[in-house]
Amino acid sequence: MGLEAKLKQDGFFTSTVDALVAWARKSAVWPMPMGISCCAIEMMASGDPRYDIARFGSEVMRFTPRQSDCMIVAGTVTYKMSHVVKKIYDQMPAPKWVIAMGACTSSGGMYRSYPVVQGIDQFMPVDIYLAGCPPRPDNLLNALMQIQEKIGRTKARDFQDRPLPELPVIQNN
Amino acid sequence: MDLKELVTYKLKEKFPEVEFDITDYKEQLAVTFDKKNIVNVASFLKDDPDLQFKLCEDVTAIDWARRKNRFAVVYHIFSLKLNSRIRLKSDVDESDLSVDSVAFVWKTADWHERETYDMYGIIFNNHPDFRRMYMPEEFEYYPLRKDFPLMGIPGSLPLPKKDE
Amino acid sequence: MEKITSREEVSTKILQALLNQETDITIEDALENEMILNMGPQHPATHGVLRLLLRLDGETVMACVPELGYLHRGYEKMAENMSYYEFIPHTDRLDYLSPMANNVAWVMAVEKLAGIEAPPRAQYIRMMVSELARIASHLLAIGALTMDVGALTVFLWTLREREKILDIWDILCGARFTNSYTRIGGVANDVQPEALAKIKWFIEQFEENIDECERLINTNRIFVERLDSVGVISAEDAIQIGFTGPNLRGSGVEFDLRRATPYMFYNEMDFKIPVYKEGDCLARYFVRCDETRESIKIIRQILDKMPQGEVIANNPKRVLPKKTEIYSKMEELIHDFMIVNFGINPPVGEVYSAVENPKGELGFYLVSKGEGSPWKCKIRSPSMVNLQALPMLVKGHMISDVVAIIGSLDPVMGEADK
Ligand code: SF4
Repeated sequence: MGLEAKLKQDGFFTSTVDALVAWARKSAVWPMPMGISCCAIEMMASGDPRYDIARFGSEVMRFTPRQSDCMIVAGTVTYKMSHVVKKIYDQMPAPKWVIAMGACTSSGGMYRSYPVVQGIDQFMPVDIYLAGCPPRPDNLLNALMQIQEKIGRTKARDFQDRPLPELPVIQNN
Repeated sequence: MDLKELVTYKLKEKFPEVEFDITDYKEQLAVTFDKKNIVNVASFLKDDPDLQFKLCEDVTAIDWARRKNRFAVVYHIFSLKLNSRIRLKSDVDESDLSVDSVAFVWKTADWHERETYDMYGIIFNNHPDFRRMYMPEEFEYYPLRKDFPLMGIPGSLPLPKKDE
Repeated sequence: MEKITSREEVSTKILQALLNQETDITIEDALENEMILNMGPQHPATHGVLRLLLRLDGETVMACVPELGYLHRGYEKMAENMSYYEFIPHTDRLDYLSPMANNVAWVMAVEKLAGIEAPPRAQYIRMMVSELARIASHLLAIGALTMDVGALTVFLWTLREREKILDIWDILCGARFTNSYTRIGGVANDVQPEALAKIKWFIEQFEENIDECERLINTNRIFVERLDSVGVISAEDAIQIGFTGPNLRGSGVEFDLRRATPYMFYNEMDFKIPVYKEGDCLARYFVRCDETRESIKIIRQILDKMPQGEVIANNPKRVLPKKTEIYSKMEELIHDFMIVNFGINPPVGEVYSAVENPKGELGFYLVSKGEGSPWKCKIRSPSMVNLQALPMLVKGHMISDVVAIIGSLDPVMGEADK
């Protein structure tokens, strides 16, 4: 399995740059844990020794958006918080992916009430909607594998010449 | 002397001119009186050596919607000495939404009063730091009032723009 | 390279460089002045979405303004719009580190309002799960505190212990941590023998494990010095600011609602209330450690004393019937329909019911107008009140102490913001 199997004979193999880049990208997805509420506890649990997210190359939780590839939005996003989430998302360098973890993040969930955004896709793109309230850690790992699969299908040139988003310097919220 | 008698006796003695309505429901004592006296009564209950209601647990309000006095402010205070809790209530009418702040009596009332303002729009006079608690400062409505819909008023809270 | 000689020269040079660019800085001397630092709401050490504005002089905190509301989900409004039963799952998400304890607090408030009494076995089970919840919550509090001051290992160890409790809950009610296990008038189902066996096993091995954690950090000089005499609050101030729970007991006030206003069967239990006088972060940490041991003691006694019998009250107008009976009996079907559609309609009145939660006093103030949903529901959450002390505690300390102080207060934003 994997790379070693290909290296059995002469120590080299042929591949495309695209495949190599995608493989590298998907094997080390550094998450940006946007832990907001209850789901964040399950996200933490997925990093603990039992579920061990390190098996999927994602144990490096980066608390700064500048160093991460995949944002896990774990928890209820309120209107007040939405500006913060968007701002952090904008700061992540492309290519970037988003997991909407839990029912609240995906659709508002059980909170049909005035301060809760009914689904974060109203203001930012989402790659995976993760069902559950909260999703179990295994489910989060599953989402991560799906993201990896998705990354595996990308081509390196897909992300060329993307304009950088403009960040508002002063934002009062 | 049980709690009701003690509190009645003490309050009557100290404030002969104030009308107190003291009720007991499910072993919970509630004292209703005019909002003018709230600071005096509160500091008396806190400082009296026999009562010592030093722990203010909660300040909130009720919106009765159709009653004559639309709102009521409610305080729950606890005495570590007597190990018991009483509830103070005063009516507030919509025409005059101000109540004197008890944040100088119990420091903890500070945030509770801000929250009550945020949710009901009741104004606390002499409050040290009077702002909204949870909702953004620009928000115009008071969510826990009965005429505010559960799903809010569309457009009253801005969302960030989605970029393509 | 130019040689920098005096301090004045440095500051003027930096200022010059700043002023050469287009700025609107108006301060006289940038290096001598205070600055404002924004911390959160997305900060790993603020335990969620707490936002702090710090006024700094160098690295010393001069003032601090907490800003809440980033997780305000409108619980009180929602409670006014749903039946008493429907709100049980919502209480899970208040203090999401100890959902079972919140469930118990809510149903106790509703039972008081409606005049229902749960059978003794149900009450014992409730006590047992809320003590387990206390352990689970304190474990995370200890782990997060030590992680905040730089010891990651303990966090992994306490999380390992917490997983065992989550496993117990998984057997008990099928969910890892949003349990909704209690029902008005009792609990959802009796404790399964496997769950009981697991609980027994857990309490046997737990003390050894918490000792292990404590051995690792209690004598660690870095850990102790970062917490010792940091964030001191006196007993008088602690009561003034409204502290309850472990934070209050860390300041030397022996106040525990389980003793002060006994509910369920806590007056039959033999347990100590750990109290430390110092009132600093270290004292609050020790209180939590000791409380987990006391909880184990309580659970042991509960397992000994637990009576047999029903786990849900027999009160067909107010208590949901069993699912199997709904499908086979007409009367139960009608009751179920009435309760689900119109609610339990408690009599007109108001109650305030509070329990000792892991974080402090969790109270529900319910006003009923005799309808299916509460006219008013106020949640008195300990985290919000405890956070109020933050400006007082951090004043005069360094930025890195702020993190330790927040960790030692152990707030949960789901509950603080409601
Ligand atoms: S989906 Fe459920 S568990 Fe997750 S944040 Fe929302 S309410 Fe909490």
